[in-house]
Amino acid sequence: MSATGMPWRGDAAASETGQEHEQPLPGIEHYARQVRRKFFKHKLAAWGLITTLLLIGIGLLAPWLAPNSPNEITDVFAASPSLAHWLGTDGVGRDVLSRLIYGTRVSLIIGFATVALYVAFGTIIGLLAGYYGRWFDMVLMRITDIFLSFPYMIIVLVMVSILGANISTIIIVLALFKWPAIAMLVRGSVLSIKEMDYVRAGVALGYSTPRVMFRHILPNALSPIIVNATFGVASTILSEAGLSFLGMGVTSPQASLGNMLHDAQSLTVLTEQQWLWLPAGFIILLTVLAFNFVGDGLRDALDARS
Amino acid sequence: MTPQAAEDQGHSRQQLLQVERLKTYYPVRSGVFGNARKHIRAVDDVTLTLHEGETLGLVGESGCGKSTMGRTIMRLEHPSAGRILFENEDITQYSQRQLKPLRTRMQMIFQDPYASLNPRIRIFDALAEPLIVHKLAERSEVQREVNALLHLVGLPHSAGARYPHEFSGGQRQRIGIARAILFRPKLIVCDEPVSALDVSIQAQILNLLQDLQAELKLTYLFISHGIGAVKQISTRIAVMYLGRIVELARTEQLFRQPKHPYTELLLNAYPPPDPTLRSRKKMMLHGDVPSSADPPRGCRFHPRCPYVQERCRQEEPLLTEGEHAAACHYPLA
Amino acid sequence: MGNYIARRLLIAVPVFFGITLLSFLLMNMAPGNPVDMLINPNIPQEMLELKREQLGLNDPLYMQYVRWLGGLLRGELGYSFSSFAPVSQLIGERIGPTLLLAVSSLLIGILIAIPIGVISAVYQNSRLDYVMTGLSFLGTSVPPFFLGLGLIYLMGIELKWLPTGGITTLGGTGGIGDIISHMILPVAVMGVTIAGKKVRYIRASMVDVLHQDYLRTARAKGLSEFRVTAKHALRNALIPIIAVIGAEIPLLLGGSIIIEQVFQWPGIGQLTMEAILSRDYPTLMGLNIAAACIVLTTNLITDIMYAAVDPRISYR
Repeated sequence: MSATGMPWRGDAAASETGQEHEQPLPGIEHYARQVRRKFFKHKLAAWGLITTLLLIGIGLLAPWLAPNSPNEITDVFAASPSLAHWLGTDGVGRDVLSRLIYGTRVSLIIGFATVALYVAFGTIIGLLAGYYGRWFDMVLMRITDIFLSFPYMIIVLVMVSILGANISTIIIVLALFKWPAIAMLVRGSVLSIKEMDYVRAGVALGYSTPRVMFRHILPNALSPIIVNATFGVASTILSEAGLSFLGMGVTSPQASLGNMLHDAQSLTVLTEQQWLWLPAGFIILLTVLAFNFVGDGLRDALDARS
Repeated sequence: MTPQAAEDQGHSRQQLLQVERLKTYYPVRSGVFGNARKHIRAVDDVTLTLHEGETLGLVGESGCGKSTMGRTIMRLEHPSAGRILFENEDITQYSQRQLKPLRTRMQMIFQDPYASLNPRIRIFDALAEPLIVHKLAERSEVQREVNALLHLVGLPHSAGARYPHEFSGGQRQRIGIARAILFRPKLIVCDEPVSALDVSIQAQILNLLQDLQAELKLTYLFISHGIGAVKQISTRIAVMYLGRIVELARTEQLFRQPKHPYTELLLNAYPPPDPTLRSRKKMMLHGDVPSSADPPRGCRFHPRCPYVQERCRQEEPLLTEGEHAAACHYPLA
Repeated sequence: MGNYIARRLLIAVPVFFGITLLSFLLMNMAPGNPVDMLINPNIPQEMLELKREQLGLNDPLYMQYVRWLGGLLRGELGYSFSSFAPVSQLIGERIGPTLLLAVSSLLIGILIAIPIGVISAVYQNSRLDYVMTGLSFLGTSVPPFFLGLGLIYLMGIELKWLPTGGITTLGGTGGIGDIISHMILPVAVMGVTIAGKKVRYIRASMVDVLHQDYLRTARAKGLSEFRVTAKHALRNALIPIIAVIGAEIPLLLGGSIIIEQVFQWPGIGQLTMEAILSRDYPTLMGLNIAAACIVLTTNLITDIMYAAVDPRISYR
């Protein structure tokens, strides 16, 4: 079809030269650049991101960074820090620095895997509940109420004690009682987004329901999910450390930051061998703090107040 | 070209869309068990016919059910009762899957150009996606198709690479229009397409819609709360009040001689271009629109009607048959 | 309002049954049952089978659930595998110290959080705000057991200012002063965690309120900035906090396990750890259900309180 000679050509030219008399165009700043700028304005968030990346690097490169194998028994027991063992050795003779590095790796693995699991599951359930509503929504809300009624630490401890403590069980159990919060979050966003005209337009254009949900609704609900997931990594690492501290998480001989503090419950370790627990405690604090700052920065940058 | 002329040019009077006794109700839950149900009767027993090539204006105050009506016809809402026939095909109970092939023949333009475009999707992708989903264009042709569309609605090709937030309201509405015409549909439901725009832009968009109608032989259901926009574009006008049609006539007839008091009041609120014509006694609409969950007995308009009689409080008037239909016991002369 | 409360209560009913069902299924996943636990080589196999039959362990699962639920509704939580005492009695003995700790920590935490949050909001984006924000994040990020151990080491062992564990001094008088001195460290640890989280909410809520028009009006009337903040802003800012305090209950109950372990506090948390270590499942389940019911009840109360305080909420 030819448009020549059509009466609207005139105002087409007008808009090409930007003469449409309305409010000026908003500053053309790419979304990603805007997010980056806001994020780095938050100094603590920038610090958190650097620390996080550093810790992830340590976790990834653990086999090359650790001076010893984490379970290798060296010739000195309970030795205080020295040149040979920067952070000393524990009661069995294992190098503390090496165990710290591997412990960081374990904590990060559990943190990321748990969050990935419950965020994926919670997001799908939340999408379905928000989009379809009615009975599905009702059932989800009640299930959420049930799951969230159990104090997290207690139910997780009970389940781990029943199922047995190993990394995959811990990940599943930690995730099992966290997905409802994400599902509720996503459901809330979907409820408002599905009333947007661009979603109606999608339906009117004959898009399939999965296309509408995953391409047109989900991307617009992503900001609060990302923020929540980042805070989730922090709180999961803290929970896992707590479990391991109580002796119900990652168990010896495998190193984890939490179980290194388990031994500090003995008075000798606490008062005379600080190198066994102080560094591990600080690393947990550092990791959790860093993820929390990143989460806070993302919340500001993505403007996802929830 | 005026709508009148378009019709006189011998467009067939073939029926494109028939709406029969359509009802769209929404439950409102209350009570301890959420059991004490009331219904918002957004669309309450409406019968309409759209002929090919015409523009039917649908006018009423906000909350009268006109947008719900448009969305129900598009089957974005599920009708509670009645029938919708599009090209003699009963689509009332169609699933979204069954509706998919029909979507290329009926489209919609939305009111708020800021909400009708997905903020995360570039204009090019927003216009290409429907073509790909409906397999209407080879991947290689998509670029050309989209460019042609942008050209048609008066936007530069470079617009395709941008995100919605980079455009003004008027430009966005052009994109919304491009999306609605991309299938070359027969029917377009225009849900207050200019209400959210500046007055100066409104005229441009209305002109664009009229030009496209002539070029593409479109039929419009044009929804608006202001009678002004409707006058310019419509062949016929239907006036809606609390879920019902209260008057339906050819545009010039309705403006010259409204039969329903509500229409008269709407016309009074619309300033005629010629001040000397302001001889008509000025009357204004008073009071709020009653709840459509609990419409008044008798004539729904009677609490606000300046000419109310006893009969109006008791008995609900029916829409008369014929060219100029009105639902009033005592139609104006 | 009455309608809202009734509806809210009705919603709690299916949730309660869900809690019991989930707990029951969990208990069934646990290895061992009361009869296996009684194992004693002197008891012949037939006797065990008889006992099994008597206890209804051969019945279908749903029968067992219904019977167990019946007992639960009469307040019977079963008997401990290790001490053979009724679980409800065990919980009753230990709940006091836990509540003492939890309620004190909550109060202290909020008392710390309100001034910090308000100052942070009033001096928004100042250096002071950054310091306060940083501190609040430190509070939420520090592992409670690490902080606890650190405090025990510092205050208890190095400085010898405070007792390091238990609720009273062994062989001491057990007076109120004694208990309070034992409470200081655990309450400090829990309080810090709670305060850290609350500061964020109070700050956000306060920032919202400070931008409202009615505060501009109050200032225009010539009220002093302090009165504007304290009287008009704070009162409105604290309403949303009520809802968040309710959400704190499950965290307090969960957190008490670690705190009580660190400070050897004889409460529910320690009972939980003892039950886990001795694989005492009836006690564990009893604790679990009791905790869930406490959470359910407090959620109900906070919802209703919130609705009563905030006139903006409409009850459909």
